[in-house]
Amino acid sequence: MKLAYFAWVRERIGLAEEEVELPAGVVTVEDLLRWLKSRGETYDAALQAPEIIRVAIDQEHVDHSEPLAGAKEVAIFPPMTGG
Amino acid sequence: MANETNEPRTSPPDMAFEPLIRVQSERIVTDAVVGPLAGNGSVGALVTFTGYCRDEGGRLKELELEHYPGMAERQIAKIAQDAASRWPLLGCAAIHRYGLIAPGEEIVLVACTSAHRGAAFEAASFLMDFMKTRAPFWKREHLVDGSVGGWVEARDTDTAAADRWHRL
Repeated sequence: MKLAYFAWVRERIGLAEEEVELPAGVVTVEDLLRWLKSRGETYDAALQAPEIIRVAIDQEHVDHSEPLAGAKEVAIFPPMTGG
Repeated sequence: MANETNEPRTSPPDMAFEPLIRVQSERIVTDAVVGPLAGNGSVGALVTFTGYCRDEGGRLKELELEHYPGMAERQIAKIAQDAASRWPLLGCAAIHRYGLIAPGEEIVLVACTSAHRGAAFEAASFLMDFMKTRAPFWKREHLVDGSVGGWVEARDTDTAAADRWHRL
């Protein structure tokens, strides 16, 4: 699965995107954020407050309870500040 | 108007027009966008909104706008379709820039046309509220003193502005 990061999430993790193999037990967006947060200091810094993090699966906004099954690209980013 | 490759032009079958959606780094030429929307006999109202980059009291050198290519166009198209399903619009355009934007330059343009002004005013306001909270763009400040300031924080007032449409 491809993960894409934007804005300060991208900066804190130090990557714009990466391919990952999800471990067993990572089923929902919430699981994914928890697993990523445990991958090291940079991830922990980016995902300190997972409740404010926004997620899109294949370019559509989703809630944290959304299952990841079938997702090709999951994007993780801060609240949007366009306009 | 040229149809660039990254411009989705998706219209549900009940839509009488195709919204013009663009995500671009270039300056927005308002007249070129707005001109073709009006001047046809059925349009009685045209409302445009342009959001500009402020200099924040002389502190800001430029704003950097990061975006999620693909999703940005797609979300704006979706917001435009929502607007068209809520108000009897005759046309609409929504253009958002990315990259480095200097104070005084435009960041975003929305334009809506309808037979009467109420629909055009409300739809333009709706489009802007959702462009700010649902379209994947993030602002960062570059300061006059050469430093890169922080990412602009999302404002509760913007979220509240978008939320009020759910209650109508």
